[in-house]
Amino acid sequence: MRLVVRAAEVLAADRLIPITRVHVDSCLYHGEATIDFVERLVEGGARVGVPTTLNVGALDLLHPELWHGDPIGAERGRLLMERYRALGCEPTYTCAPYQLPFARPAFGEQVAWAESNAIVFCNSVLGARTERYGDFTDIACAITGRVPDAGLHRSDARRAVLVLRLAADVPRALLDDDALYPVLGIVLGRRAGSRVAVIDGLPAKVSEERLKAIGAAAASSGAVAMFHAVGSTPEAPTLADALQGGEAEDTEVIGLAELRAARDELTTAAGAAPVGMPIGAVSLGTPHASLAEIWAVERELAGDRPAKGIELLVSTGRHILAEAEEEGLAGRLRAQGVELLVDTCSYIAPVLRPSRLPVMTDSGKWAYYAPGNIGVEVVFGSLRECVRSAVAGRVWRDADVWGSA
Amino acid sequence: VRGRVLADGVADGFALVLEEPLSFWGGIDPATGLIIDARHPQLGVAVTGRVLVMPSVRGSSSSSSVLAEGARAKTAPAAILLGEPDLILSVGAAVAEELYGRRIPILVLSADDLSRISEGVWVRVSGAEVSV
Repeated sequence: MRLVVRAAEVLAADRLIPITRVHVDSCLYHGEATIDFVERLVEGGARVGVPTTLNVGALDLLHPELWHGDPIGAERGRLLMERYRALGCEPTYTCAPYQLPFARPAFGEQVAWAESNAIVFCNSVLGARTERYGDFTDIACAITGRVPDAGLHRSDARRAVLVLRLAADVPRALLDDDALYPVLGIVLGRRAGSRVAVIDGLPAKVSEERLKAIGAAAASSGAVAMFHAVGSTPEAPTLADALQGGEAEDTEVIGLAELRAARDELTTAAGAAPVGMPIGAVSLGTPHASLAEIWAVERELAGDRPAKGIELLVSTGRHILAEAEEEGLAGRLRAQGVELLVDTCSYIAPVLRPSRLPVMTDSGKWAYYAPGNIGVEVVFGSLRECVRSAVAGRVWRDADVWGSA
Repeated sequence: VRGRVLADGVADGFALVLEEPLSFWGGIDPATGLIIDARHPQLGVAVTGRVLVMPSVRGSSSSSSVLAEGARAKTAPAAILLGEPDLILSVGAAVAEELYGRRIPILVLSADDLSRISEGVWVRVSGAEVSV
């Protein structure tokens, strides 16, 4: 309760309100402080007071053989994951709790979610309400069932103050391609910082997977906790709705040149046009892949397998994997040489085979953090480009999508 | 100058003014105190013992853990001066104090006051007071 009150002071709230569920990020090991903290809670006999899901941890508890790192690290990571379970949290171990029917809040529901991509998805795509909570605060909210009445819990803070309009030079083919969305998210995060922005000019009814990619990237390059996309997100049927009838503080245009530059900056390996460059691995599923995205991997593989020595890894949640197993999809993909990772992610756990060659990814977030976290060079591309590159063993580009440079 | 206190304490050190926003998680290695964000212009610089000046924040909700672990491992900044309130770092500091008795003061200053603190100057923080 002391932490929740501290949070209320920081957010300048004058009262606490009840919440219905929590998503906890604190179960990922970052050193002994994370264990010392949870041990204090366990010793004090704490239990969560509302349904609580868990974010990724340090390792894949279902496939521990995928860990290539130091065994002590695996042991400490596992201990932390289990301690949070002992507090009454559900062992979901996914960064995409919104893909689990039992964990998905309804429109307008007051919740406390941590994990930056989940926060953005919750506010933007589901229209449920959370502030930008972090480690320690998340479990404190779960135990008390209360949050400060502040920030994005309140309607006025959810109003867009920045309009980002896509320019007419953004080609139709790009609007219809997965590759645009993480790149757009990177630009959104840079332009918006921590402000709520509305994107105007996207096609109506953008898929949840694409909105997920925007949010995850925007929360990496900025401190975005909520965005609107006109015609796609529930609080923005129209631009005027996103602005809650008011005026925007700023209106800015995003053109093709800026998007291309942001795309190129996501690639760290050998300049921006690495077509034909050999790669060591492909990592998909950051945030955790939905079932539709796993189906897309099979579709793009079209019966092929990754080239010899190339690792093709898909991260997902254990509940989504169970569905993929049931449909026979997981078995077919494994038989084609695809690795399926759960409970963690390939940029926080030592699961990719050591290699000096760059890793290709379709995730803006993975491209952003992996070079610092696990010391790899990155090539960014769409899911289709990633899977076909894995088959070729070299970077393959879908030349038509980004228009002629 | 005076700021709004998000985490109380007394500290001093040389200012480290961030040229771009930095997420503690994915941005600082708590084992060494070095900036590890490959895209950050200050890659490789140590935050340990510095008064970190952060006009804006970004990134991960794991940053609370990274700050608390930095306090445990004695690699954390001496103090943090922000341009906008940040719950994630404030709670990291609260937990560091609770678990290890180590205080990392965090204050919010006006953009004007913040911009007057230049790289490398000696800064002292005490409660709401910041002196250069």
